Amino acid sequence: MTPDAPTTPAIQLVGLRKSFGAGEHEVVAVDSVDLTIDNGEFFSLLGPSGSGKTTVLRMIAGFETPTAGAILLEGQDVTRKPPYERDVNTVFQDYALFPHLTVHQNVEYGLKVKRVPKGERRQRAGEALEAVRLSALGHRKPSQLSGGQRQRVALARALVNRPKVLLLDEPLGALDLKLREEMQVELKAIQREVGITFVFVTHDQGEALSMSNRIAVFNHGRIEQVGTPHQIYDHPETSFVAGFVGTSNVLSAELSFQLMGVAKVHSVRPERLRIVREVASDSEVTVSGLVTDLQYLGADSRIRVAIPDGSHLLANVPSDGLVGVAIGEPLRVAWSRYAAFVVADTNTEGGEE
Amino acid sequence: MGERLDDAPLVAEPASAGGRAKGPSRPSRAINRYFHGRRKLGVATLLGLPLSWMLVVYIGSLALLVVSALYRLHPRTQKPTHDLTTDNLLAAFKFWDSDVWDGVVFPFLRTAGVALLVTAICAAIALPVAFFVAKIAWKWSRRGLIVAMLLPLWAGYLVKGYAWRAMVSPAGGRFAAAGKGGGGFLESTIHWTPGFGRVAIVLAEVYLWLPYMIMPIYAGLDRLPPSLLDAAGDLGARPFRTFRSVILPMLKPSVAAGAIFTFSLTLGDYIVPKIVNNGTERFMFGSSIDAVLGAPNQPLAAAFTLWPLVIIILFLLSMKRAGAFESL
Repeated sequence: MTPDAPTTPAIQLVGLRKSFGAGEHEVVAVDSVDLTIDNGEFFSLLGPSGSGKTTVLRMIAGFETPTAGAILLEGQDVTRKPPYERDVNTVFQDYALFPHLTVHQNVEYGLKVKRVPKGERRQRAGEALEAVRLSALGHRKPSQLSGGQRQRVALARALVNRPKVLLLDEPLGALDLKLREEMQVELKAIQREVGITFVFVTHDQGEALSMSNRIAVFNHGRIEQVGTPHQIYDHPETSFVAGFVGTSNVLSAELSFQLMGVAKVHSVRPERLRIVREVASDSEVTVSGLVTDLQYLGADSRIRVAIPDGSHLLANVPSDGLVGVAIGEPLRVAWSRYAAFVVADTNTEGGEE
Repeated sequence: MGERLDDAPLVAEPASAGGRAKGPSRPSRAINRYFHGRRKLGVATLLGLPLSWMLVVYIGSLALLVVSALYRLHPRTQKPTHDLTTDNLLAAFKFWDSDVWDGVVFPFLRTAGVALLVTAICAAIALPVAFFVAKIAWKWSRRGLIVAMLLPLWAGYLVKGYAWRAMVSPAGGRFAAAGKGGGGFLESTIHWTPGFGRVAIVLAEVYLWLPYMIMPIYAGLDRLPPSLLDAAGDLGARPFRTFRSVILPMLKPSVAAGAIFTFSLTLGDYIVPKIVNNGTERFMFGSSIDAVLGAPNQPLAAAFTLWPLVIIILFLLSMKRAGAFESL
């Protein structure tokens, strides 16, 4: 990413593959994944459940051994190394705190195993707990903490070891919305502060967009697209990415040819559609249809329009522009030619598996 | 429970109004209605009988045991009378008297020692075996392995006792296989046998009660989240360290639960030890009680049984502290 730094990347995945079972029962969880994650990046692995993102994370951590391919940590091949010989640490989805140890002992565990002297150990654990604002609760057992507090203990327990890479497996999944939003900000701040590479697994596209430097979107064990949040959202390369990250209208090749004269699958975001009274200028594409659904979302409303070719379009429009729009009534929508872009059609391809 | 009783008439009402009542008949509905809202009465009716059974049979018989230890034997007929005496208790508990020490206290402590040893050996075997079945073995093989671990429970107690006698029988013994140079199974196959005696007793007891140690440990391991093991490895712990610092402390209640079984079962067992023992030595304390009972001196035998009773209570209390009852 940074042209002036010829440093080795934090993580390189080369032709990574993981399958379970054999023969006819073989299930491919991860297939030909190539990925380079730079030093100090906040990198997200985004995808629906079962897309292989967690398996990739578990292979980086060393909990799973790849069927084929290689994993390089700062240029060193660690593919066959057990977890305890890798300089990475993990924040688990269920936190995996040791229930028989206190919070302080949990945080100290990694240092103790690595035979860090007692004084230094205590000091570093204290600092780590302070960093996650839990100094006062060091003597408690994990069962006496709330979900958010356990999450922060898990973070402190991993960070205290100063790993080269921190792996986070949907760490915010179990928290309620408000806490999750707070933790997103906090996690990002901590990452900036410690400068460690974060690899963050999530199925929440909003989370991935708001926190990451770059995102890899997974589907059916493969990477569909790697890019910055901006690239992923505004220029999805495949119909899957367009549909999974945010909401998209995917226009079939046929429909695209009718409307725009290009026989390729296109994608256009609902917020780019607007209601028009008459056919707009040449720079815009106009379609007429019937309103089949109307969802009030607050400032915006989402309209579902059935168009003559049998498909539907979604339009997000400001709620105050809804005058005259009703279910069953005809409606004309339009979008700028620049708002629609060509995507590779991967949804049908993936669906066959 | 109370809510369900409440539901029944509500559901049945419209049907009965139509004249085709298929729900509970009227008297039972009246009973349901009577119990609704009288929670304590409901609980008392439900549990009263089994609870009083427990009280009479378990607590009552124990109390009777203590009381009968106070009865004096009739000097001529040798039958227990209702005269009370402390002689029996003294004969069982006067451990500062060397006769009582040699005849009662020491045999009892030896038996308790065997029970502890058997418990320790069972734990040492059960931990790796249960760990293998719960966490390492292929998932499809797990059920078969559990059945295999429990298989010894399906054979009769005495059968197992005599099987062990046939196992350890030394050369020239009664179970010597014909034409194979004599000796039981071990002697004729590996040419070594502990012979009858203490080692055979411990072996047979471990074999008898091992499943009772494996099961709670297996259940405990099954409950152990796999992510905890991943987390320990992730933080740098090698497998043995993970076992010592995470698995073992978390299994403490399970081991304690298993220990309750192995300890108390071994402490009270004397028939199989007799079968695999050498000659007529009364090795287990149960044999002593049995002998006194056959003397016949029931009050003295009752006094002797207070020893294991006291030890079992102490053992249960210490296992409770280890959390055994949370994992049963």
